Amino acid sequence: MAKATAIAAGNAGTGRIVDTDRPLVDEKLVLCFFIASLSYVLIAMLAGLLFSLQFLQIYPFANSEFFSPGRWRFVHTQGVAYGFIANAFLGALHWAVPRLTGNRVLSDKLSWFILFAWQAIVLATVVGVLSGEAQALEWGETPVWIDPVAQLGLILVAINFLTPILKVKGPMYVTLWYLIAAFIWTPLVYAMGNFLPEYVIGGSAAGAIGGLFIHDLVGLFVTPIGWGLMYYFVPIILKKPIWSHGLSLVGFWGLAFFYPLNGIHHFLYSPIPMFLQYGAVISTIAVELVVTTVIVNFFGTLVGRGDALRTNLSIRWFYIGMVFYFTTCLQCAFQVTLTFQKVIHFTDWVVGHAHLVMFGVFGFWILGMMTHLLPRLMKARDWYCNRWNHWHFWLSGIGLFVMFIDLMIAGLIQGFAWRDLAPWEDSLTFSTPFWKLRTLTGIAIVVGQCFFLMNVYMTWKHMRGAASTTPMPTPTGGGEPAIA
Amino acid sequence: MFETRAGIFLIAGFGFFILAFIVMAWVPIAIYQGEPELSVKELAEQGLTHEFIDLAERYPKQFKEHYGDVSEESFAAALKLGHKIYVGEACWHCHSQQIRPVSNEGRRWGGESYAEEYQNEFQRPVLFGTRRVGPDLIREGGRKSNDWHIAHFYKPTSVVPVSVMPRYPWFFDSDGYPNKKGFAIITYVQWLGSWHKNYPYWYNRGPALPTKTPEPPPGFEPTVDDEKPKTGVAMSDAETNAGA
Repeated sequence: MAKATAIAAGNAGTGRIVDTDRPLVDEKLVLCFFIASLSYVLIAMLAGLLFSLQFLQIYPFANSEFFSPGRWRFVHTQGVAYGFIANAFLGALHWAVPRLTGNRVLSDKLSWFILFAWQAIVLATVVGVLSGEAQALEWGETPVWIDPVAQLGLILVAINFLTPILKVKGPMYVTLWYLIAAFIWTPLVYAMGNFLPEYVIGGSAAGAIGGLFIHDLVGLFVTPIGWGLMYYFVPIILKKPIWSHGLSLVGFWGLAFFYPLNGIHHFLYSPIPMFLQYGAVISTIAVELVVTTVIVNFFGTLVGRGDALRTNLSIRWFYIGMVFYFTTCLQCAFQVTLTFQKVIHFTDWVVGHAHLVMFGVFGFWILGMMTHLLPRLMKARDWYCNRWNHWHFWLSGIGLFVMFIDLMIAGLIQGFAWRDLAPWEDSLTFSTPFWKLRTLTGIAIVVGQCFFLMNVYMTWKHMRGAASTTPMPTPTGGGEPAIA
Repeated sequence: MFETRAGIFLIAGFGFFILAFIVMAWVPIAIYQGEPELSVKELAEQGLTHEFIDLAERYPKQFKEHYGDVSEESFAAALKLGHKIYVGEACWHCHSQQIRPVSNEGRRWGGESYAEEYQNEFQRPVLFGTRRVGPDLIREGGRKSNDWHIAHFYKPTSVVPVSVMPRYPWFFDSDGYPNKKGFAIITYVQWLGSWHKNYPYWYNRGPALPTKTPEPPPGFEPTVDDEKPKTGVAMSDAETNAGA
């Protein structure tokens, strides 16, 4: 386990004597976060799949208020953002931060409290939105009476992780830059998005804030933690340092400067002042340039270890996620222009884009981390069945990619039909084949996750049954101290 | 600065965020701060919609039961609940409330959106929307009759066969009449856009309280039916027709 030896390396230079009785990382906690995350991903994806049936006029629970399709759409997005992604990040952070800093999180008890409190918040959100109490804020539909609790939770998370990070003396690794920034941004973004447009500002100005919230939740919460963890896991698994420190700097500072300026691009051609819309468009295109430097950096790191794409499933998840990230951002640089917006705004194009970002990028990275960590966390020698993990990868990957292309084309067709003043019903008729394909890709993705969940369960059951006392061989690089 | 705790904490973390907030949020706030923001009460004081009065006349018993008399207070209450339903049922995920000055949207829906019409309590948070599965709704009021909406909420495919809108049977009581929620959501949807002086085409807000039955639109021939409907006429008919 990661004990004093790891600490000595990770905490080089501090000369601190660390209590070696307790392990640096509470692996059970990490496991619990991952299990919670995987439970929500199943719920959230089934909710999405269920909702997609409405588009085919075959919704099975049409007369049930509780199963109202619109409410289950809330469950889909909220479950993914706060159940799947947030839980998985919390787990991965509990794994990475102590290793990178050599310090425990502020309090183990607080961590466990956060685990249960966060599940309570997400469950309350699900119950709240299902009983029709949603807040009219995209990605922030959490009922207003949960918002303050969630806000408090985020602040506690930030304090819990910032304490060990800020204790580090001397230079900090790239991951920690991203994490420091993320822990400041996330509570600020949440407060800005959930409270200002509800209680302080109304109208078009609130639209600007809503746009900032939609964007910052992805850009300032999910993105920095996601990239931070990539900077941690990729070099460790590949056993080589990041290609260019300079590019890491450019990537971080470019993101920090340009990303917060983007939000208004969600409401182009709206009554928000036009010069701000232009500003948002330009800074969005700037983000694409920054993203390119990060992608170049990571592919530079891969040079010479390309075989890992074949041999290591985690690396494959990570790098396909990066390809999708580049695709997303490239798409974004085009779709954000006023020319594209005329056609694609309000269409399924945007839905495809959102799926590519949230699942294709961050979901894939998370699943890669889980593929890497879960056997270790369960004290298993290896996965019960590696073939199932490959099924998981390919079903998710192909499902998502086809869904993305499908929705992109559907979006163009809808956009042009509307612009050409076709009767509204035509845009529905035209979209139906694409919606059918979308449901099929959704089924593929859900089946893929089932393979993974089954594998987790079987690995766990196998371990319990075997009650193995043989020491676990270290999988590739997983338990090594962080490069610092 | 670029790799130190203080630099990242203060400049990237707080600095850039606050800078972006000032530029992208405070500037529009400052620009629009002179615009008065209307409360629900003030919106109701602008006058009742014809459709609200029509609902009260058409379903006197049910209306009386849920909302009492036709008044600004009951109108405000219905609007408020209607807005809550509009948000809670995720209507705003498939219907935008924003007409852009491009792609012929002004021609399709009548008039581009402007800042003032979002200055009211119902736009907290603003309901611009980001997806249109169904049409934009900010000019929806008065476009369709109450009957159309009742049939449509009960079973959308009964009036628009290709519609993918969900059914909302819980907006209706067991007899098929609109219940409190049904009155509310129809009042809200029929109110959207009614603040326009000349929209839709014949629309004029009446006086604050009706002194007489509001004038029907020109060319409108009401079907005279003195017999009180027995049970949920619109819905059960629609059901039967769809089933046949």
